[in-house]
Amino acid sequence: MSRKNETTAPAASAMSGGGPWGSHDEDSTTRGGREGPRNPWTPPTREEQGRAGDRGPSALDELLRRARDSFGGGSGGAGEPNQRRIWLYLVAAALLIWVATTSWHNVGEKQRGVVSQLGRYSRTLGPGVNFTLPAPFERVQIIDVSEIRNIDLGSSGDGEKLVLTGDQNLLNLSYSVRWNISDARQYAFQIAEPEETIRQVADSAMRGVIANVDLTDAMGAGRKDIEQQVQERMQAILDGYGAGVLIQGIAINKADPPNAVINAFKEVTAAQQDYDTYINRANAYSQQLAAQSQGEAAAFDKVFEQYRLAPEVTRRRMYYEAMESVLSGVNKTIIEADGVTPYLPLPQIAPKAQQDSSLTVTGGGK
Amino acid sequence: MAFARNPIVLAVAATLALLLVGSTFAIVPETSQAVVVRFGKVVGVYNPYRPNEVFGRTGAGLAVRVPFLDHIVWIDKRIQSVAMADQQVLSTDQRRLQVDAFARYRIVDAQRMYAAAGNEAGVTEALRPILASSLRAELGKRSFDSLLSPERGAVMNNIRANLNRIAQQYGAVVLDVRIMRTDLPDGTPLDSAFQRMRTAREQEAATIRAEGLRQAQIIRAQADADASKVYAASFGKDPQFYDFYRAMQSYRVSFSPKDGRETNMVLSPDNSYLRQFQGR
Repeated sequence: MSRKNETTAPAASAMSGGGPWGSHDEDSTTRGGREGPRNPWTPPTREEQGRAGDRGPSALDELLRRARDSFGGGSGGAGEPNQRRIWLYLVAAALLIWVATTSWHNVGEKQRGVVSQLGRYSRTLGPGVNFTLPAPFERVQIIDVSEIRNIDLGSSGDGEKLVLTGDQNLLNLSYSVRWNISDARQYAFQIAEPEETIRQVADSAMRGVIANVDLTDAMGAGRKDIEQQVQERMQAILDGYGAGVLIQGIAINKADPPNAVINAFKEVTAAQQDYDTYINRANAYSQQLAAQSQGEAAAFDKVFEQYRLAPEVTRRRMYYEAMESVLSGVNKTIIEADGVTPYLPLPQIAPKAQQDSSLTVTGGGK
Repeated sequence: MAFARNPIVLAVAATLALLLVGSTFAIVPETSQAVVVRFGKVVGVYNPYRPNEVFGRTGAGLAVRVPFLDHIVWIDKRIQSVAMADQQVLSTDQRRLQVDAFARYRIVDAQRMYAAAGNEAGVTEALRPILASSLRAELGKRSFDSLLSPERGAVMNNIRANLNRIAQQYGAVVLDVRIMRTDLPDGTPLDSAFQRMRTAREQEAATIRAEGLRQAQIIRAQADADASKVYAASFGKDPQFYDFYRAMQSYRVSFSPKDGRETNMVLSPDNSYLRQFQGR
């Protein structure tokens, strides 16, 4: 403002013969035009007074004197029409700026402009350049309609938001609501605090739904269902208000047990792992045993087949083979049992193999 | 007409004109109701609420009043809310609940509202304690479980009806009352709930483990049984031969030197193995 003043003031004063009015009027009319309701004839600001004060010891006296000079014919007839023409220009310019700034509206692709004519809703502007009547007569409220907005609710960071489930357990829940404006007019006029309202409605709907769901459902399988139900409920409530809001979807980001009991829940998971471990081990044992028994049975069957062909010989052969392999690797003592007291020098044997099993075979197989 | 050219006179005249226009006309937006008051008495309402009206065909627009005598009290026409946080409620089964609730209302009779409360804050202040008390009264009649059930809807309707009776005195209509939160209060109730959840999980974990052990045992036993069956089918063909066959296997394993340990055997010459040894 002051920059503009400095550039135009010398020109104005040159043409009008040095009156301070030129600069002052130009200054205040443009301001009045730009800021609408402000009265252009309000007392000058301190800055302006200061400037006026620079011109003489008493600003008011000076002002009045000059005014008398210019209008009382002191400065001659030449200045007067010039001055008035400048005023006209200035007023016209101010009007032009006023109209241009308040009746030209760029409405973006995602936006709608709600036009109020003297306060009353008149129409909604579509995307593109739109013209309306200038400011106090028509006002435009530009609203972003198709932009999907996101409201995060529930636990954030460290804070826990606990929700009571149907089986009276607590759930640490965090979710977000995606919404956009379906009706710019309703949105603009119907609800005092739309965003806060959506927040409260979401909270209420979510808690209402969760209160009818079991903890396990809420944490796992039932999530999609819950999201769906909350969306429907919210939409119904908001439609009841005529809010002009469309709920696009609910997303449950987190549905966990509360931190205070999360270890117990982990313990359940661990138990499930243990369960699998036990079963796996038993199955391994089962497989092993089955293979072993089948192998042994098959081996016996093979031998038995041969045995049946020549029982006596086979039996004898097997006996000697077994004995051979057993007795070839052991210390043997052969004693004529009758009439001899068998004395077993245990101390001699013992040091050599203290833990060895000692056996006395008397009598024998067939 | 010299005075008309005088800018000071012009300025004063224009100022007066603007002042007059400004105090005669007022723009009433869609979102507000304007109560025109003259010497403390309501003389008219612009843009009053009417049910089911469509924006654009409401009373919004230019309001005219007698300058300097009338003044306008603006009253919001939109749906407003009054919230109530952290109310402790005792249910019939003596369980404490922490409840947050909100009520949404709209001022439908601006004149009555102005007479009863003066301004909007007055209405909110009047409704808040009533919401709290009717919430407590209504929830106090229910059991804890029913507060978590679909019955909640009926509770809310009762509270709304209660609240509406009072709200009417203020020219307001309560559109709905909703519980946002029903929680267990901090401290003992919450801790005991946690304790219950924890023990329930521990029980579940123990059950799962026990079930695992049971299943494992069954699997092992079944395996043993299957093996026995296979053995019996095979060995049962000739039990005597099996006895001999298995004994031979057993001797080989039992008497073979292992880990450097030796076996000492004292044999009698009468032993079957030594039969030929005697040359008989």
